Amino acid sequence: MIPLINPITLFFASIVTSNILLTNFLGMCSFISISKDWKSSFGLGMAVTFVLTITTAVSWLVLKYLLVPLQLEYLSFIVFIIVIAAVVQILEMVIDRASPALYLSLGIFLPLITVNCAILGAILFMQIRNYGFLQSVSFGAGSGLGWWLAILLLAAIRERTEKSPVPAGLKGPGITIITIGFMAMAFIGFSGMIAVQ
Amino acid sequence: MSQSKTMAILKDNLWTNNPIFIQILGICSTLAVTNNLRNTAIMTIGVALTTAFSSMTLSAMKELIPRKVRMIVQVLVISFYVIIIDILLRAYLPDVSKQLGPYVGLIITNCIIMGRAEAFAPANPPLLSFWDGLTSGFGYMAVLMAIAFVRELLGFGTLFGLRVMPEGFVPWTIMIMAPSAFFLVALVMWWAKNMQAKGQAKPAAPSAAQPAKA
Repeated sequence: MIPLINPITLFFASIVTSNILLTNFLGMCSFISISKDWKSSFGLGMAVTFVLTITTAVSWLVLKYLLVPLQLEYLSFIVFIIVIAAVVQILEMVIDRASPALYLSLGIFLPLITVNCAILGAILFMQIRNYGFLQSVSFGAGSGLGWWLAILLLAAIRERTEKSPVPAGLKGPGITIITIGFMAMAFIGFSGMIAVQ
Repeated sequence: MSQSKTMAILKDNLWTNNPIFIQILGICSTLAVTNNLRNTAIMTIGVALTTAFSSMTLSAMKELIPRKVRMIVQVLVISFYVIIIDILLRAYLPDVSKQLGPYVGLIITNCIIMGRAEAFAPANPPLLSFWDGLTSGFGYMAVLMAIAFVRELLGFGTLFGLRVMPEGFVPWTIMIMAPSAFFLVALVMWWAKNMQAKGQAKPAAPSAAQPAKA
């Protein structure tokens, strides 16, 4: 039942051809509000990548060795949310102890991540597509990097649009969403290369 | 519960403070399904019901929740309702459930629900919170249904799966794909902001009429 896709291919596919943000619309809320500032975007993107990689691995193990044998798959949403919250909490503590400098730059974003749709979305895709362990981890890491790439690109573009003469009604979120639309169109250009799913 | 307050909430959530074009919340999970009217309708009904019931529940138990674990309790309550919706969809509309795929589960992280649970429910009684959640959901639904209408009409030439465009109509492929959703949301936002700006410029007419009715 595991799809035949090389984890490395999947990794690159989830960065470019099926970017979790630009093709699946996941993680938009924090994407629009944070991308005003390049530096925070970088930090949030790194935090998302980090959390995504770890949570996909942990939830794959939980799904395979806990939920499926106990036939509790209908509880999967709650369990995944708890896994995400727990991983974020633990990460926060670990980073705080291990590297206060990193904590200062990533720390404020970590609580935001629990409710970032990209994380839960990637886990649900992983469950629906029946990925194996290696595939799940590379899908998680790739999706995170794809998200990071997208938010950095958008933050860079937004620095320019802030200064451009935009119609009053479109200022702020409006023009940002149009920008995202154009980015999504650009990313569609990659879509013939590799097919996921 | 006074009637003017319920009407004020309704107006606020549908127009003045619409979750999509003013608060920019909850765009995440539902844009992906707006190329199909039926799926959008079912999805947004799910969101509205979840918001209503979880706001009500959280408002009813607000004194029991310690501040420190507030967020996780909120998420757990929300996921409880989403699981119910997921099970119902699987039982009664299995093909829709399959098409929506992970997006049903993603109702949990829809920012609107969290936003209402955080901003409205702790300070208001359960019934009013239920109404607030429901109307927020309707505000969300109105915008997404409008977008889905355009996308399905131009992208497939159909409405609710029924063919309405003439034979010679060439579907606009872009409408089925992701970018069109962004452009349409931005257009709705632009229109709404302009309308609201106009409303503020000449506030005398509408606001003078309202107190007389109430």
